[in-house]
Amino acid sequence: MDEYFTLKVFRGSPGNQYFEEFYLKLYPFTNVISYLMDIRKDPINSKGERVEPIAFETGCLEEVCGSCSMLINGRPRQACTALVDKILEETKSKTITVAPFTKFPLVRDLIVDRTKMFENLKKIHGWIEVDGAFDKGPGPRISPEKQDVMYNLSTCMTCGCCVEACPQSGDQSKFLGPQIFSQVRYFNSNPTGAYQKAERLHVVMGEGGISDCGNAQNCVKVCPKNLPLTESIAAIGRDVTVQAIKDLFSLTDR
Amino acid sequence: MKQEDKSVIVVGGGLAGLSAAMKLAESGCFVKLISVTKVKRSHSVCAQGGINAAINAKGEDDHPYIHAYDTIKGGDFLADQPPILEMCLAAPKIIEMMDRFGCPFNRTMEGTLDFRRFGGTLYNRTAFCGASTGQQLLYALDEQVRRYEALGMIKKYENHEFMRLILDDEGITRGAIIMDLFNLRLDAMKADAVVIATGGLGLIFKKSTNSTFCTGAANGRLYRQGMHYANGEFIQIHPTSIPGRDKMRLMSESARGEGGRIWVYGDSTKTISNPKGEKVPCGKTGEPWYFLEELYPAFGNLVPRDIAAREILKVCESGLGIDGKMQVYLDVTHLSSEKLHKIESILEMYQKFTGEDPRKVPMRIFPGVHYSMGGAFVDWPAADDPDRWERFRQMTNLKGCFNVGESDFQYHGANRLGANSLLSCIFGGLVVGKEVPRYLESLKKKNSQIDQSIFEREKNIEEAFKKDLLSRNGNENVYQLHDELAEILVLNATVKRNNKDLQKTLIKLKEIRERYKNINLQDTSSFANQTYIFANQFQAMLDIAFVIVKGALLRNESRGAHFKEDYPERDDKNFLKTTIATYKEDEPEISYRPVDLRYLKPVLRDYSVAKKVKPHLENLPETIGSPF
Repeated sequence: MDEYFTLKVFRGSPGNQYFEEFYLKLYPFTNVISYLMDIRKDPINSKGERVEPIAFETGCLEEVCGSCSMLINGRPRQACTALVDKILEETKSKTITVAPFTKFPLVRDLIVDRTKMFENLKKIHGWIEVDGAFDKGPGPRISPEKQDVMYNLSTCMTCGCCVEACPQSGDQSKFLGPQIFSQVRYFNSNPTGAYQKAERLHVVMGEGGISDCGNAQNCVKVCPKNLPLTESIAAIGRDVTVQAIKDLFSLTDR
Repeated sequence: MKQEDKSVIVVGGGLAGLSAAMKLAESGCFVKLISVTKVKRSHSVCAQGGINAAINAKGEDDHPYIHAYDTIKGGDFLADQPPILEMCLAAPKIIEMMDRFGCPFNRTMEGTLDFRRFGGTLYNRTAFCGASTGQQLLYALDEQVRRYEALGMIKKYENHEFMRLILDDEGITRGAIIMDLFNLRLDAMKADAVVIATGGLGLIFKKSTNSTFCTGAANGRLYRQGMHYANGEFIQIHPTSIPGRDKMRLMSESARGEGGRIWVYGDSTKTISNPKGEKVPCGKTGEPWYFLEELYPAFGNLVPRDIAAREILKVCESGLGIDGKMQVYLDVTHLSSEKLHKIESILEMYQKFTGEDPRKVPMRIFPGVHYSMGGAFVDWPAADDPDRWERFRQMTNLKGCFNVGESDFQYHGANRLGANSLLSCIFGGLVVGKEVPRYLESLKKKNSQIDQSIFEREKNIEEAFKKDLLSRNGNENVYQLHDELAEILVLNATVKRNNKDLQKTLIKLKEIRERYKNINLQDTSSFANQTYIFANQFQAMLDIAFVIVKGALLRNESRGAHFKEDYPERDDKNFLKTTIATYKEDEPEISYRPVDLRYLKPVLRDYSVAKKVKPHLENLPETIGSPF
């Protein structure tokens, strides 16, 4: 016999958000996005009213692009890997709630504007300062062990789950976000990138930087890519201390 | 030149678009980078396995010429050879450049780049970052683009979509009509060159390995504006994907590159034809039958994708699919933990979406729509062509409109080899980075001298279409039409084709086109109205569907990804030529042009014997420039 469940969506526009429920047929191993796609095709709510389709972001559907971040039963995550039947089983419920992130400006329904995360990458000098796209031979040698750590740090999708979970982050907060410290660590760990190490550290020593971290450790629990976010915060904390001493005695890094 | 006369619009923020934007900014152009999403989320992130370059890091005597040979043969000789040769020669330097940008490639114990083996070759020439190489390459370019953004050379317009090319009265590109996907406002953006790098078209088939951004709409819109579209019928079906309700999730070729094996339970009472046409038994009853290894002993599980996909389909159709379903096993359970670590990200993905641990039980996979070899027709004057410097590489027949990456038709012929796509995207981007400034220099009349009314006129065309779509009040549902379009295309225009069904498909497409006139959007809001956005894309997607089907119908042979049951052989006499589709209201007009075969004469495309050939390429140019 067919099984059904209720998808409860917190939707609307800025200043006018409300819950709307949809009664949907349950399929095995099917993610939240698939149901939003079903609704889009025939948007009828559980009261039988025809409503506007739900606006949402989606992309790769494989958890590598970071598009479909949302709150699912209150937890920030990617909707593409949120398999509804599994969640219902775990929560022993027939209802699942989805909502847009709250720490970013709302666009419409489940879409928020995460531009500030990308702006923060500019602030920390989030690139390797190369001479250009020229033929200049290979890059620096790196041990396999170090590459393994760098690769992990580099899988950050800028999805915003950690920002959403962090009590220090907010619409008005200046905090650069938990992910930024892993990015500083990533660029600083590259032998060429290390030439701008002090510059990056100075950014996180300033406003909204490392001293704003309240050590709640929520970030690392929600990261879909299992980045060592808190480990990076600790590592950058140490680097910042060393940098402060160097600054005090006006020592350059070289 | 004034700043406004050095403005270039780049549409698309995947590997090709970012590489173009970066190189253009480096060349002193001011780039407006348009993307339907944050560029960091572009579909290039989904590429898993790696990027090819014949660096010869494993003492195998590999060489860019062998890479070129493999690519030409893998593409069943349909690709023009000069761009392939230059791409393969540039490949080692491209890898080194990406390495300098900080892309975290896997390393050997010595600290240098590691390479793995991929399909259609016998050499270890694929550099990789775990099993998310595309993501890492894209991020490295995204970072370089951010650097130019901070310098004011690049301005991003994310959540914006390309709607139309602005052509002046002489047919020269003067900009593009761009739509803001949040407030739906249309804007006439000025530039004397437009680079299209919008990637694939998987969404036409609805379920593919592509991201939801890959509608192919930009190319469809340009095709309607007169752009020639080449080799549209060549759609790559990836042999190994995980079928889902929302998409076909790619299970990388690197799983097989690291030693993964494809099998089903054998049945000795059944037979199958081998590549020589002989009937052989389907393994031993009840025992694992590694059919690719048995049928193609030399390349085994790493035969080119078109061959693997067809064999998997054939095996399933003969009733040997796992549990009688359309699925076969992709088995990595025997691999060492070290090897499994190299493909960990895809194993995790499999586990997340199926609930089964692929380290313990074999994965269940089936072929899925993956890549479009066809795309915009672009020019390529070869290094030693007398008119090399009078023409422009990667430029379409619409003057000043360039096209790169998956959205162009070059480099892959009738079938793309694994790990060549990332290479062709970055290479193509670098090439336009050098060709576009040269084109801008050649222009007699600059953008600042163009009459303002041209921009208004083009914008009004799009305003009118928007108004039309939002006011359509029929009883058709555009998503329903999409389902029907995809269903018939997947059935008749993917792994196997025949003329009777293609003819039927063409009739169905016309029916869908009529019904599209009577759609009702159900959402008339003017803010982030995704149904309207999709309905607008759908017309362009449908146009490209016509190109795919008509091209396939007229090509009476089998070549690479295009396999026709009624014409199972390659026919060089009649069809060793590039298909060119030109927009006509009723059906595309199809014409053909010769393939540039100047280095290598076609040979039989055989993957059943193991032979490392030292290819002899003829007529090589004395000097070849570099895309750097």
